[in-house]
Amino acid sequence: MSLDNETVKNIANLARIKVGDDKLYHLAGELSAILSWVEQLNAVDTEGVEPLASVVDVTLPLRTDVVSDGDCRDKVLANAPEVEDGFYAVPKVVE
Amino acid sequence: MTYILEGDTGDWEVVIGLEVHAQIISNSKLFSGSATSFGAEPNTHVSLVDAAMPGMLPVINEHCIEQAVRTGLGLKAEINLVSVFDRKNYFYADLPQGYQISQLYHPIVGEGTVILDLDDGSTREVGIERLHMEQDAGKSMHDQDPKRSFIDLNRSGTGLMEIVSRPDLKSPEDVGAYLRKLRSILRYLGTCDGNMDEGSMRCDVNVSVRKVGEIELRNRAEVKNVNSVRFAMQAVEIEARRQIDVYEDGGDVIQETRLFDSVNGETRPMRSKEHAHDYRYFPDPDLLPLELTQEYVDNIKATLPELPDERKARYMGAFGLSAYDAGVLVAERDTAQYYEEVAAGHDPKLAANWVISNLFAVLKEKGVGISESPVSAKSLSKLLDLLKDDTISGRIAKDVFEIMVAEGKEAEAIVEEKGLKQITDTGAIETAVDEVIANSPEQVEQYKSGNEKIAGWFVGQVMKATGGKANPPMVNQMLKDKLK
Repeated sequence: MSLDNETVKNIANLARIKVGDDKLYHLAGELSAILSWVEQLNAVDTEGVEPLASVVDVTLPLRTDVVSDGDCRDKVLANAPEVEDGFYAVPKVVE
Repeated sequence: MTYILEGDTGDWEVVIGLEVHAQIISNSKLFSGSATSFGAEPNTHVSLVDAAMPGMLPVINEHCIEQAVRTGLGLKAEINLVSVFDRKNYFYADLPQGYQISQLYHPIVGEGTVILDLDDGSTREVGIERLHMEQDAGKSMHDQDPKRSFIDLNRSGTGLMEIVSRPDLKSPEDVGAYLRKLRSILRYLGTCDGNMDEGSMRCDVNVSVRKVGEIELRNRAEVKNVNSVRFAMQAVEIEARRQIDVYEDGGDVIQETRLFDSVNGETRPMRSKEHAHDYRYFPDPDLLPLELTQEYVDNIKATLPELPDERKARYMGAFGLSAYDAGVLVAERDTAQYYEEVAAGHDPKLAANWVISNLFAVLKEKGVGISESPVSAKSLSKLLDLLKDDTISGRIAKDVFEIMVAEGKEAEAIVEEKGLKQITDTGAIETAVDEVIANSPEQVEQYKSGNEKIAGWFVGQVMKATGGKANPPMVNQMLKDKLK
């Protein structure tokens, strides 16, 4: 599968990564190469084979429903760009 | 009743599907151990997992799984023994992970059914397409500061059930009936409190219109921000009308997300969502598939309570109530319990009348729920005892009930205190009857010349003379005998 510049631009936008127009051609080439490398897996016949979620034989661990965490506002907000009355304060999200 | 909207080019019908987000009742969050309770100080119910700090891993809350399965069973749906969590990727200020953990490809619950109780007493089935578990996002406040939005992550990571209906709804009335019924089922199950004011139940409304007779579905708009049953019904009306106008002006409805504005009574496109529809879902590598056993599901099934539909059928079958009355009584579990307490040992239809006509009027007037009723089920039951053993007449019972509401006293004490006991003493009634007959020669003449309608007037006069306390059947009989 090969990606065109427009697709790369869209992916970058969805991922909120700023990519200059001059870099698109180069990135399209690199991403296409990665995709075709992975596409080699398509050569394997997986007819009738169940998808494998893990290579080790474990099941999803469960937690009992007790409150055991939280109440650490200072830690949570420590990396906030700005704090106001216990809220994160961020540039206005316009709707 | 079919809901048809008239346009300039002909008649239109509306096709509606609902996506309901129901917050799971649990102590802690879906994938972390922080608390879920509503109304806490901002960002205090947040763990490092909920704030999406690097390296944090989700561990699923087993109670949330049970609640989702319980809900699925309550919706008569198939439970998928294997379900898988996916990441739904998008950026928003109140979504610190940059993705929501959801279940797109393999939801925990498959197809089910909700039965609508319509206003005319009829019922209709609406298909449930699926129910899946996902994380709730945090909350943004945009109106506190001119330049900044404030974010509270307390809700972030709370377990949600997204319940998706088939496009089987056809009118605002259907939408109201569906939401009320779903809420009722969730409350009976104890899996969601259904409180739309606090946002623990929210819904998105998918609306499209088509000409009557068309089979294909046209493009739909998804209307968000609909936070009450009434708004959902309004949103359908407004959005359907908008789409008809677009088509009739020669335009085309585009598939988009719109915001309901209850103040201006309109829907408008959500700009931020324009490019957001590419969510790039993929299986969450932090979570293994969720595998359940049939035994686990069966054990939950064995603990399901009697649900509104079964209870309604019981009230209609065993108690002989009408579909409408039964539907009203079972809608809330508290109401049904109250009713059953009153009905025990009494005529169930009489008890239903008292609860629906008399008690509901009082609750409505006072603006309270049945749990804050000024008259307890036990007290109302005692009032019906007095009716049953002929201590008081039906008319007096209504007066006594009013006093019970106003003064909070028991029926028996009121009857005693005000001397309202029914007169069943033949002698006392006879005296009153004789007196009325003696004082009304004209009416007696009319009765004897064949005007039997005037009998009612005589009864009224006797009741008046006895302060409403005479036993009406006895008065009737005696008048009949004496006027012969």
